[in-house]
Amino acid sequence: MKSLEELMAIREKARQGMGIRNDKFEGTRVVVGMATCGIAAGARPVLQALVDEIAKENLDIQVGQTGCIGICQYEPVVEVFEPGKEKVTYVKMTPEKAIRVVHKHLIGGEVVQEYTIGQARK
Amino acid sequence: MVRSHILVCGGTGCTSSNSPAIIQALNEQLEKSGLSEEVKVVRTGCFGLCALGPIMIVYPEGTFYSRVQVDDIPEIVEEHLLKGRIVTRLVYDETVQPNGEVSSLDDTGFYKKQMRVALRNCGVIDPENINEYIAYDGYQALGKVLTQMTPEQVIEEIKASGLRGRGGAGFPTGTKWAFAAAQPKGQKYVCCNADEGDPGAFMDRSVLEGDPHAVLEAMAIAGYAIGADKGFIYVRAEYPIAVHRLEIAIKQARELGLLGNNIFGTDFSFDVELRLGAGAFVCGEETALMTSVEGNRGEPRPRPPFPAVKGLFGKPTVLNNVETYANIPRIILLGADWFRSIGTEKSPGTKVFALGGKITNTGLVEVPMGTTLREIVEEIGGGIPNGKKFKAAQTGGPSGGCIPAKHLDVPIDYENLSAIGSMMGSGGLIVMDEDSCMVDIARFFLEFTVDESCGKCTPCRIGTKRLLEMLDRIVEGKGKPGDIEKMEELCYYIKENALCGLGQTAPNPVLSTIRYFRDEYEAHIYQKTCPAKVCKSLLQYNIRPEKCTGCTLCSRVCPVGAITGTVKNPHTINHDKCIKCGACMEKCRFGAIVKE
Repeated sequence: MKSLEELMAIREKARQGMGIRNDKFEGTRVVVGMATCGIAAGARPVLQALVDEIAKENLDIQVGQTGCIGICQYEPVVEVFEPGKEKVTYVKMTPEKAIRVVHKHLIGGEVVQEYTIGQARK
Repeated sequence: MVRSHILVCGGTGCTSSNSPAIIQALNEQLEKSGLSEEVKVVRTGCFGLCALGPIMIVYPEGTFYSRVQVDDIPEIVEEHLLKGRIVTRLVYDETVQPNGEVSSLDDTGFYKKQMRVALRNCGVIDPENINEYIAYDGYQALGKVLTQMTPEQVIEEIKASGLRGRGGAGFPTGTKWAFAAAQPKGQKYVCCNADEGDPGAFMDRSVLEGDPHAVLEAMAIAGYAIGADKGFIYVRAEYPIAVHRLEIAIKQARELGLLGNNIFGTDFSFDVELRLGAGAFVCGEETALMTSVEGNRGEPRPRPPFPAVKGLFGKPTVLNNVETYANIPRIILLGADWFRSIGTEKSPGTKVFALGGKITNTGLVEVPMGTTLREIVEEIGGGIPNGKKFKAAQTGGPSGGCIPAKHLDVPIDYENLSAIGSMMGSGGLIVMDEDSCMVDIARFFLEFTVDESCGKCTPCRIGTKRLLEMLDRIVEGKGKPGDIEKMEELCYYIKENALCGLGQTAPNPVLSTIRYFRDEYEAHIYQKTCPAKVCKSLLQYNIRPEKCTGCTLCSRVCPVGAITGTVKNPHTINHDKCIKCGACMEKCRFGAIVKE
């Protein structure tokens, strides 16, 4: 160890991914429906795409799973919970759509209307 | 990419309740379900709630699973990690709200009043991975002192924090360092006392198992402060997990250049070596410990000269306890004022206690000094099981004493505990309920000291033996009038004349139980009865004829054939044959057998 800077560089690198161990997290949470219906419809690759993209962009966002929320025909379902904002529900997701949501919504702050449940029902 | 961490306790408690098999099963099951890339299993140190082991926490949800068995693993992986559904039947029930939601562990009775400073990383990081320690600010304090502070400033900061030795005596750590620093330049040593010997105490083991780097970092800081380049950790060989993790930690710290030459590019060099103790209680005494490190038989020597002047190999040495060291990096990083804001005026900071005995939440707790015994026993400890009443708490192990119910509301710090006839000790806290006989407890601790007395000085070697003989007589119903007074006199003699701290404190369990429970001693001596019904020689098992249905079960389980009677008629116990094992009472379904 040659300097404090070197230690801080190791620290920053090691901290990546350690944020998971914070159950008092108050930032944005993205939740993927992972019941039997979701998995059958392809929720696993969606979840993986979300996790990978969020990690790649180094965003402070937690990704979790949930059970069936009762709209099995719209699976895979992804819900975005932002503090102080209304929940956004994306339906019939694919890994490609998920990556777009990460960039446009989670980074850009703009809801991708065409993937939301409101649009799908029209 | 990883989206979930499973932290499994790898402390000694959970290891003995099979956590290694659980970690293996988790890894296999994750592999099978194709989740091994997404879910990381981390083996940590102790979480504290040892009574509920094996324990694991799943993040990001923070779900706290207790008493997990290998058979539960497929369900946890399938339900929780794949489908995101918490397996509620395994969740620690205190975290489940009435509406079924799972709340944070920090809000439970066990954790709410705790404050983790020394245990900050235990159960949080992987102790075998230096990067996780660094992620939680590890080695920053060492970097700070080496690049921004002079040794004098380091000592001033520790002095200002008011940190006192957590090994038991409570000597101010900063003052100790200042003595060693004031010695002429030359070879000096830093030593860590990890020879935790009190029955029922396991906090030092838990710190070493859960956060070994904290101790290494603090020792290096001490080395810089006093001008030493070499450290020794004296740890018991009976702590194999702690030894193993220390070895890994030392190796990793050397690889990153956090131990070794020219640390942080300065001219400060420091290295640490382990010395394994063979488990002699006396080697926890500082002069005996150093004698043992030197390779000699572990026996104490008179002080002065104090170790700070003439210690290891005759050189100035700083010797601190594991928990004391664990506080140092935090004090350096957050400042003396922060540390002083915790605890009481004369005893700042927190104290770790190993809770054991008749208590619901057996385990490891860390509370600010000044917390009352009642808060620890009733709120954090979850009270006494089976609706029994609190009788006393034993602190300080064989050197401490018993605290009766009337002192439950005394705020715990060094001075208050001494004033009520006990001592802080290293932090063992054994709770006793109304079924505990205080004479028997005193006898237990005396038996321990007699076994462990090194034999160098007469007051301890012979005095404790004579004390034990008197106690043996009393519990056998052969106590004589005047025994109590004779014991008190002998106790004071030993206290005044023994060579080392262990001998000087050995009579404390006897003195404190006589002080608070004299009536029990008198009952044993004069009435020949044991009020708590523990001392076998003073009690009898009897069958209540009106309750006995003559089922013959008791006569069948009696190992010595002391119970006779015919079917459907009340049985009787032959007291000449009875060995008072209690097997009959345990088996009787009608409550017809009583101890009296």
